Amino acid sequence: MNAPSSPPVAGSTRVSIRNLKFYYGTHQVLQGVSLDIPAFQVTALIGPSGCGKTTLLRCLNRMHDLYPGNRYEGVIRLQPGDTDILGPGVDPIQVRMRCGMVFQKPNPFPKSIYENVAYGLRLQGMNRRRDLDERVEKALREAALWEEVKSRLHQLAHNLSGGQQQRLCIARAIATNPDVVLFDEPTSALDPIATSKIEELIVELKKRVTVIIVTHNLQQAGRISDMTAFMYLGELIEFGETNRVFTNPAKPQTEDYISGRFG
Amino acid sequence: MAPAFVAPGRRLDKAVEALMVWILRLGGWASVLVTFGIIGTLVTESAPFFARVPVVRLVQDTMWTPLFSEPQYGIGALLAGTMVTTLVALSVAVPLGTILAIYLSEFAPARFRELVKPMLELLSAVPTVVYGYFALLALTPLLQMLYPDLPQFSMLSAGLIMGIMIVPYVTSLGEDSMRSVPMLLREGAYALGDGKLGVAVRVVFPGAFSGLAAAYVLAISRAVGETMIVAIAAGLQPRMTINPLESAATVTAFIVQVSLGDLPHGSIGYQSIFVAGAMLFLLTLGFNLAGHVLRKKFHRAS
Repeated sequence: MNAPSSPPVAGSTRVSIRNLKFYYGTHQVLQGVSLDIPAFQVTALIGPSGCGKTTLLRCLNRMHDLYPGNRYEGVIRLQPGDTDILGPGVDPIQVRMRCGMVFQKPNPFPKSIYENVAYGLRLQGMNRRRDLDERVEKALREAALWEEVKSRLHQLAHNLSGGQQQRLCIARAIATNPDVVLFDEPTSALDPIATSKIEELIVELKKRVTVIIVTHNLQQAGRISDMTAFMYLGELIEFGETNRVFTNPAKPQTEDYISGRFG
Repeated sequence: MAPAFVAPGRRLDKAVEALMVWILRLGGWASVLVTFGIIGTLVTESAPFFARVPVVRLVQDTMWTPLFSEPQYGIGALLAGTMVTTLVALSVAVPLGTILAIYLSEFAPARFRELVKPMLELLSAVPTVVYGYFALLALTPLLQMLYPDLPQFSMLSAGLIMGIMIVPYVTSLGEDSMRSVPMLLREGAYALGDGKLGVAVRVVFPGAFSGLAAAYVLAISRAVGETMIVAIAAGLQPRMTINPLESAATVTAFIVQVSLGDLPHGSIGYQSIFVAGAMLFLLTLGFNLAGHVLRKKFHRAS
């Protein structure tokens, strides 16, 4: 199913996007974006509402396929394997198994905590109780949730707090060892304490996966990301190391946005 | 609005509003009053019955023959008929209704759904007397081709048709509750690599379970209370049996059969109708309460 993981070389390219255009029906939202996302780093996508950052994120796991009338153009190569995930022979389900996703609002399934984390594992054919137990525990530990839920794994996930639910969703996304985890404004529905826990978690996660995060919160991008991409009106305006983009932006639009002059 | 300015129409508006509130309030009270009226009638009319017949005979006797000169009062014979026809009906309505609901909510193209839903709802507009004769004259002969020993009147035939009648209730309520499962939940499952069927069965179905449970409870109540189909197609002889291939009378069929005759007011036969009615009431009440508990339990879950 998955191609064997490449050795963790931080800095090598994990996702290479070339001239990506995206259309909702006849409305073009991405105007030819090219971007190399480094492996085992946190890349933040920032920009004002409607700039196309969430649209771009959802191209990476072919989420747009769920709705009729959407169209991609261009190339997105995913390493290892150099797969063009927009290629004609590529099954979006295979893409989604390699690129996990965490959403704006926690969306645990109406199942137990255990079954939520086991969901993706079962989809990938894991059925033996002992294997599942082991992987569920590992994922919950990595999501910093194990200590809080280990005594009630078989209770409904909806009884957890919002922040716990979101960490459960992270555990669910990483349980299958994806190559990339996509975060779509994961803390926008959470309070500051829950937010800081998620942020710590994301920084921790980059040791084993590549993280791409869309955020409206510039401080958040500054705190947790290694690389930052600034988008505006469907175009990539600037991409570089977060420190450099924030302190010394090359483009005037980036500077305006970061200094709060628009957006 | 500022108190210094009172528009001319304002007092009228207020009067109309007060009137509307009273009309709505009356509507609410009417349903409560009717319910209590029914309970009152059932209790006062069946009380004399229990003054003459000890309650234990309802369970002790094995036959229900209140109109005979040697009357027997085994209500179990009627309850068995109701139970069997209901189970047969549910075995059709629950799977078929649920599958149809899943299909319409998750798979059918919007235009097809718009076409099918009204047609389904038309199915529940067919008078039950028509269903009854359909069971008796169309379905029973068909079943007799498969199983020649089936009697002219059978609980199987009546129950199957009753099930078809109930399908739209299950589908309509079930589809509504499935469609109200948030898209975000579906996306979560798709994002893990699940397919359409998996999302429908593993995420949407459990997410909509409170609505589905309500639909099932409604289906049970409909089946228990259904009269015409069973009176026509299931036979009118009370029989203590759980074999759907036999004929038997249900509680409702007994009521309609006896009340069509010329029973004198106050006779034991007359009073037995109300005993049967009270049984029916308790049965449906029980199911509704169970449904309520179920719904509350699962509502917290989803």
